[in-house]
Amino acid sequence: MHSVRKRGTECIPFYESMRTHWLILRTSIAERLTYRADFAFATLIRFLPIVTQIFLWSAIYAVNTPAAIDTLNGYTYANMVAYYLMAMVGRAFSSMPGLAGGIAREVRDGTVKRYLTQPVDMLAYFFCARMAHKLVYYLVATGPFVLVFYLCRGYFAGWPDALSLAACMASLVMAFLIGFLLESAIGLLSFWFLEVSSLIFIFMMLNYFLSGHMVPLDWLPRPLFVVAQHLPMAYLAYVPATVALGRYSTNELTVHLLVEFGWVLALWGANRWLFARGLRRYSAFGG
Amino acid sequence: MIAIDVRQLAKTYQVFRKREGVWASVRGLFRRDYKAVHAVAGVSFQIEAGEMVAFLGPNGAGKTTTLKLLSGLIYPTSGEATVLGHVPWKREYSYRRRFSLVMGQKNQLWWDLPAQESFRLHKEIYHISDDDYSRRLAELIELLEVGKLVGQPVRELSLGERMRMELIAALLHRPEMLFLDEPTIGLDVVSQRRVQDFLKHYQAEQKLTVILTSHYMKDVEALCRRAIVINAGEIKHDGPLAQIVDRFSTHKVIELQFADSTIPVDLDRYGSVFDVMSPRAKLRVPKSRVPEVLASLLSRYPVEDVSVHDRPLEEVIAEMFREK
Repeated sequence: MHSVRKRGTECIPFYESMRTHWLILRTSIAERLTYRADFAFATLIRFLPIVTQIFLWSAIYAVNTPAAIDTLNGYTYANMVAYYLMAMVGRAFSSMPGLAGGIAREVRDGTVKRYLTQPVDMLAYFFCARMAHKLVYYLVATGPFVLVFYLCRGYFAGWPDALSLAACMASLVMAFLIGFLLESAIGLLSFWFLEVSSLIFIFMMLNYFLSGHMVPLDWLPRPLFVVAQHLPMAYLAYVPATVALGRYSTNELTVHLLVEFGWVLALWGANRWLFARGLRRYSAFGG
Repeated sequence: MIAIDVRQLAKTYQVFRKREGVWASVRGLFRRDYKAVHAVAGVSFQIEAGEMVAFLGPNGAGKTTTLKLLSGLIYPTSGEATVLGHVPWKREYSYRRRFSLVMGQKNQLWWDLPAQESFRLHKEIYHISDDDYSRRLAELIELLEVGKLVGQPVRELSLGERMRMELIAALLHRPEMLFLDEPTIGLDVVSQRRVQDFLKHYQAEQKLTVILTSHYMKDVEALCRRAIVINAGEIKHDGPLAQIVDRFSTHKVIELQFADSTIPVDLDRYGSVFDVMSPRAKLRVPKSRVPEVLASLLSRYPVEDVSVHDRPLEEVIAEMFREK
């Protein structure tokens, strides 16, 4: 009992808190595996758009070939495919399907009560459940990812150096945290609005564009790019992909990792604030 | 020792007033009308440790809102309350470890997993030692007769079996306070009885403080001596359950069995006749007239058997609710 975590006036021994969250994680994994066939099928189906997107870029670059333009905004076809695949890796960490909608549903139908009456932190609970979701996803998706990367190995310049690799891992972990915190913040808005599906839709639309999922952010006009690359959504795909592809100088890399870390802290603070304020508004509907 | 101390507790909701029609919906985008709903309107009561108290009232009376306030789920608009010395809406972990909330219509267990997985998770969440966990779980499983079911996914259990599992999960950490909101709702008679018997036994053994809300008077009569009747957010009665009939019922029921199979045609001059099944009939008579009516009936008609009852609690309470 060396380290303690404070909650209000109470101190919870760190190892006890870790044990509890470890068991929440394990139980969530067990629950995830209940419908493993459906989950595996859904995961594999999600690879189809990756393949079609690669074909789409191939067609776009083919149009330009007779005019001897083999780059678009500084990206060759190979760069583009490599970027897209790395952006997909970023998305595999940062996308949180069903999180905001799930929180809103629990708030609306009242099942959220169980986290509020038990001595457990609701956000930590959701975080463990999401980690379980991701771990099971990686279990299913690693094989197809390896296959796609193997088939597309020619589009990559080679393995990134150790620094880029370490920075990429750090960026991906933070992408996971930012993705979780952004979606859970939207979910927590359900304490005010109950129904947040429109907000989720708007977020998904902005996310598709501003995370660099649709096109790399450096394709945007310079002033827009300067702003967009430091928004939290850029850290969901564009920044981790650019880090992995070694397109940042050491200075840029340091700045981006620091900004990303700053967003993690800011969004964590925003979540705690929304949760505390939301509870004051909560009417405990649903019986 | 006082376990629950509630003073002038009130909860008012601002509820959006949606008017009818498309035009009203469009107008609602720019100007929203709200009305104040006083779900709990300044209630005060105290409950001693180890008491089992029924919270009665019609739908929307404020019973569940009071339970939500006492379990810290919602903040009050005004007033004060302490439960086991804690202010509930501060939601301290030390308080959350000392109570349980069981809602008959809400499932707290993991739906797709066997109940034993949820129990194990509760063990960690409430920091129950291995020994205590094994002992308490075995005891609760035996009392609730669910030994063969703990390994079965919760979704495959019947409503009654699920409620028994909910009770185990709620009691594993030995709470001192138990809030039960409609624990037998939707259960068949056998399951209701089983849950009642268990609660009675467990509460007596553990000296648990319990607040029970239920629409089933059988639950209430079997388990509670004291009842707090709440209607429109206000307390209408707080005292022994038996007193409710005395206080709120102005009538008694005289049950008659006549010697021949004909029911006298002028029986209704003594009171309101109901439940006629020759040679038996029941009469609802004002309390003050019971001796006089009895004497007259016995002298005028060949009565074989007679008995006088209080009106059933259920009926009296339903009438109280109707009167508001």
